[in-house]
Amino acid sequence: MYYISMVLMSTKIDLILKKYKPGRREDLIPMLQEIQDDSGYLSEEAIIRAGSFVGLSTTKIYGLATFYDQFRFLPAGKVQIKICNGTSCFLNGSQYVINKIMEETGLDPGQTGRDGIFSYEIETCMGGCNHGPVISVNGEYHTHIKADQLPELIKKLRYIIENE
Amino acid sequence: MVFTIQVNNKKIRAEKGETILSALNRNGIIIPTLCRMKDFTPTGACRMCVVEVEGRDRLVTACSQPVEEWMKIKTHSPRVITARKTIVELLLSNHPDDCLYCDRNLDCELQRLAEELNISERRIRSKKIKPRLDQSSPAIVRELSKCILCGRCIRVCEEIITSTSIDFINKGKSTHVGPAMDRDFNFSSCIHCGQCVVVCPTAALHEKHNITEVQEYLNKPEILKVIQYSPLVPVGIAEELGIRYNRDFDRIINSVLRKIGFDKVFNTGTGTDICISELTDQLMERIENKADKPLYITACPAWVKYAEQFMPSVIPDLSTIKSPQQITGVLIKTLVAGQSAVKPEKIFSVSVTPCTAMKFEARRDGMMRKGISDVDAVLTIRELARLIRLYGIDVTNADQEPADEPMEGRSSVSAIAEVSGGLAEGVIRSAWFRISKTEAERQLFKKLRSGNSFREASFSIGEIEINVAVVDGLKGLEKLKASQAAGKRYDLIEVMTCPGGCINGAGLTFNGSKDEKKSRAKMIYQADESDAVSLPCKSPVLRNLYEKLIKENKEISDKKIFYTHFEKRNVLL
Repeated sequence: MYYISMVLMSTKIDLILKKYKPGRREDLIPMLQEIQDDSGYLSEEAIIRAGSFVGLSTTKIYGLATFYDQFRFLPAGKVQIKICNGTSCFLNGSQYVINKIMEETGLDPGQTGRDGIFSYEIETCMGGCNHGPVISVNGEYHTHIKADQLPELIKKLRYIIENE
Repeated sequence: MVFTIQVNNKKIRAEKGETILSALNRNGIIIPTLCRMKDFTPTGACRMCVVEVEGRDRLVTACSQPVEEWMKIKTHSPRVITARKTIVELLLSNHPDDCLYCDRNLDCELQRLAEELNISERRIRSKKIKPRLDQSSPAIVRELSKCILCGRCIRVCEEIITSTSIDFINKGKSTHVGPAMDRDFNFSSCIHCGQCVVVCPTAALHEKHNITEVQEYLNKPEILKVIQYSPLVPVGIAEELGIRYNRDFDRIINSVLRKIGFDKVFNTGTGTDICISELTDQLMERIENKADKPLYITACPAWVKYAEQFMPSVIPDLSTIKSPQQITGVLIKTLVAGQSAVKPEKIFSVSVTPCTAMKFEARRDGMMRKGISDVDAVLTIRELARLIRLYGIDVTNADQEPADEPMEGRSSVSAIAEVSGGLAEGVIRSAWFRISKTEAERQLFKKLRSGNSFREASFSIGEIEINVAVVDGLKGLEKLKASQAAGKRYDLIEVMTCPGGCINGAGLTFNGSKDEKKSRAKMIYQADESDAVSLPCKSPVLRNLYEKLIKENKEISDKKIFYTHFEKRNVLL
């Protein structure tokens, strides 16, 4: 099963790489974005493939990809939470929200739990500055979040996923 | 075009196209720099070299700004000095306070800058960087808490070595330098050449020390302590200890090493002689068989690892001869063990080299027989200098003594092997002597000796023509590949990882200026002109080894022991 999924993934990467011309460094970021959109994260294999495709070392690609917040290197959870930590949200107390989520899920930003349900990331601004703190759950925005609303929300989400 | 600019109310001459910094330096004005490296494109990242230019609001980085005719520059105005001071204070704000225990204490650029800028108290405090110590590599230690993110190591690794094993990872305050996927060094494509160690201003990257291990064994009476040193060691030790080198030092070093407590002292040059002879055999055989592929010299362990990782197609063409250090190591564990009637496992064999990759090589696969490694510990020249200081030995007052038999002497060609192009020269000179029975003129090798990172020359000995290519600093490999792709055929290719060869190795003193490095090469060439034994085949030591000792020792008489194997490596490239 694992083997099949690996093969599937590598053919998927190949399909994406086919759209680009080899050896062009400027295509690197769109390429990585597309791979991430497709498989949810940048696997080691994806980084190696993209590297040999544009002619850069894995080290360089990894260095570049870690520079941007948008790339992740572990598969995302089924529930992907993004928390805004921009200036406005920060002033409205996003730090409490982040701490609460950390406490509730037991994860650090960018990590995915062993059960594969939750993963969360901290974003710099999501554009909802007058509704802060803002979080997004699988693309759905929740505004004016307070830390004490979170335990219930997370419980609900976990229930939904577990009983799907 | 030469014009004058005004600096600190004085007129100085500047050339069009040069940077402010080079104009200032030529006129005797010193500006502190940190991220700058000579012969590299400036990045202007650290802002240490800022100067005030009249008419500009902001301070200008002297290392990257081209000089212009209208410029009026202030190099040490209060504003500039405050700016520089603040930069160093900010760098120190999260730097660990363990200078006393630091590897680069008294030899650290950050420390020197803090001293130069008269920083005597911690004005800015911030959270210390989380310590992370990567000791996984046999040669290089990475201490992330000491890194000031100047990026020099990254540039050397990418531009000179072209192995691109390290880069900045993450951003902002979590930026750090590391290999692909943030792994440890032993899983990376690092080839252990140590050029990053040479350029690191702090101790964020330093060599792995084997001193404690050596000391431990020095205290064991039942063990036979044996040391071998490369021909560059006397020069390097003199430089590191701050004394003037002369030829007597080549013999003084023997007595110094004996005073430390080593029972037997050998010269790695003998191993180089064997290496050259074996290489000459291989080359002659190839020429006789009209092989159309080149023979790659494998004396540089960093290059071997590079080839195994990045150029697996050349692995069949690599000469399988071990490096001089390993050959000498093998002879110590076989011949010397037999002569002194001790078991090989009771011998502790140390090697002193100007190289960090040798530390890796001693741990390589195939450098061990029946659980006994050819070389037990490898010290860099810096480490040996520490050992000399530790044992309180006055080198200026030591006797001149010869090295021990059977590896007491070397030919002068084996010392040339420390300079890039030298091994190839040695092989060609040996081949020349074998074919024509006369010595080749040294003038012929001028083309191989110095120049840029890729050099080629062809030699015609009688009817045979030998094409030789020399690469130093692995970026020369690109030119080699291009030349090969254009249809040029070579018989012998020497590749050295460090620019200039071993004289620029990572185990030598840190503050060696460019002139010192040039003088290292000059001394070696001068010695070659005057030495009586110029070729391995003329060396009585080698003749004795080959005709008597190696022949008589059943274990090594087939010479298989001098050879090893190389194979493709699977690492993240």
